[in-house]
Amino acid sequence: MLNIFKLSKEEKVRYGLISPSMLMIGFFLLIPISIVFVYSFLQPGTYGGVEWVFSLDAYKQFLFQEDFLTEELQFTSAYLEIFGRSFLQAAIATLLCFMIGFPTAYFIATRPANTQSLWLFAITIPYWVNLLVRTIAMLFIIRDQGPLNEFLMYLDWIDTPIKLAYTPFAVSLGLFYSFLPFMVLPIYTALSRFDMSLLTAAHDLYASRWAALKNVLIPSVSNGIYAGCLLVFIPSIGSFIAPDLLGGGKQLMIGNLIALQFQGSRNWPFGAAIAIILLTIILITLLIFSLRKKGEQQ
Amino acid sequence: MLKVKGIFPYKAKVLAMAVTASLLGATAANAAGQLNIYNWSDYMDQAVLDKFSKKYDIKITYDTYDSNETLLSKLKSGVTGYDVAVPGDYMVKIMIDEGLLENIEASKLDNFSNVKEELIDVYYDPGHQYSVPYQAGTTSFVVDKAVYDGDINTLDILFNPPEELKGKINIFRDVNEVINAALRYKGYEICNSNRQQLSEVNDLLSEAKEHWLSIASDGAKEMLISGDAAASMSWNGMALQARLEKPTLEYAYPKEGMTAWADNLVVLKGSKNIENAKLFLNFMLDPENAAAISNVTGYTPGVKGADAYLVKEFKGAHELNLPEGTATPQFVPPCSPEVVKLYDRLWTNLLR
Repeated sequence: MLNIFKLSKEEKVRYGLISPSMLMIGFFLLIPISIVFVYSFLQPGTYGGVEWVFSLDAYKQFLFQEDFLTEELQFTSAYLEIFGRSFLQAAIATLLCFMIGFPTAYFIATRPANTQSLWLFAITIPYWVNLLVRTIAMLFIIRDQGPLNEFLMYLDWIDTPIKLAYTPFAVSLGLFYSFLPFMVLPIYTALSRFDMSLLTAAHDLYASRWAALKNVLIPSVSNGIYAGCLLVFIPSIGSFIAPDLLGGGKQLMIGNLIALQFQGSRNWPFGAAIAIILLTIILITLLIFSLRKKGEQQ
Repeated sequence: MLKVKGIFPYKAKVLAMAVTASLLGATAANAAGQLNIYNWSDYMDQAVLDKFSKKYDIKITYDTYDSNETLLSKLKSGVTGYDVAVPGDYMVKIMIDEGLLENIEASKLDNFSNVKEELIDVYYDPGHQYSVPYQAGTTSFVVDKAVYDGDINTLDILFNPPEELKGKINIFRDVNEVINAALRYKGYEICNSNRQQLSEVNDLLSEAKEHWLSIASDGAKEMLISGDAAASMSWNGMALQARLEKPTLEYAYPKEGMTAWADNLVVLKGSKNIENAKLFLNFMLDPENAAAISNVTGYTPGVKGADAYLVKEFKGAHELNLPEGTATPQFVPPCSPEVVKLYDRLWTNLLR
């Protein structure tokens, strides 16, 4: 145990200064996650809440389900499919964000220094509006009678509205729009530290545009790209507003599945167990990525 | 039963809070009392709240939720500070059993004598210790006759839809309404624990889902008016509001039966403003105030003598009057815990 009376003055100052962040982590991260962890091993109350009886049912339910008629336990892939769907949607959103975000960040980073902050400001303005309102706005734009379809029909490119709203693609689009700045900003930061004259040097040494991009620019800003992808991918996986509103609630993503357990289905332990499973998968994935990155750098 | 009308509830909520805040800003400093109300979205008339505030010098804070289940899960997760809430019939019973309501001897309120006869002797609150009636209505569905002109008074519309409606149907995100409708369609008892029959319902739902556009309660009215959906589950008041904006919409009275419901004002356990809450309940039992709410929502007030104050569009409205020969809409009691668990499984199967 730390004896605070025997510490030197310097150590006291050091512990004093880090204590707020330690308290933050303790109160807002460790304690809530511990509660989720404990609840995942309990039994659900009929109308919500938990009964304090130890049980592994929540984890069993993730892979096995009683048959409706015979009450025998059977393997079910239903929840794995929801996980698969969520990872796929998040991956599509991340890819879309990268394809739009990288050129955007490059454009901003190559503007004159005094206008760059203005461009960044412009990127963030739409995000002053609440996510819910932006998602509903997106629904209004892409629905059958929305401006997008009306415009395409006005141009005579299509005869009947394209079915966009309430499809999986609408969900990807929603996720992409929700998290785009999280891709642009870290890539911009990396690009602004990149010495653009290196590109000129590459051209002088007969590198094609593509080769310069692939062998010089992208490797130099890979940390920014990596950070951007993580910042888009992770919140996308747990997102529930976009699938709820844009997907028409017909195909659950993990976030909706968890929310459902705390509302309609009233199975808190199962909701907690799904959250813990998701957390574990993401932690393991991150660990593998960072170990490989370490390996590359050595 | 979810009572969100229009896709704007969130925006509307923000707006409503801003308006309430600014309206109350003037009186907040010197208001004698406080009252925190938790109600369904789009289920109140601001003018009635203002009238109450002014009359009793009480500052009102107003928040909304979108379903009985949301109300219950919020309260079970420890949300406190609300004085008055508006659960539906079966939810009153569950909340009494779960110890979430304050016994206020509601039947002794001055205006309780205004309550309609049929709402006095009710299973969910015998003797009206905890609750007074707010608004009542039915749940069925609405079809756009411009899209489909056939017979709409059958649950085939939802579970075995005609070509014209395929892919244009919205279903409420409400476990009880959807599964009960499916059980009625099959001709089975509701609150049913027969696994063979529930298994058939499971198959029925997964087949019907192919023809559904969305499973949502938020924005159902808006989807009907915009034409994104050509049919949607609906409460009668919402159907009435939607028809006033789009005359081709018609509320169905399915031959297989439908749900009746009655929402109620209750005082939540732990309320710090019980006397103000009782004043509010009594105030809302006044026919003129109850009618003012109905004139906004389109539902039926729970008190006698309100008809005189109703706007003329609502008198004799198709949505508010059972056609001759229609089966009486059915109140649905809370099912046993065993059935609740089975329903939850069907529901999760459907949504995933």
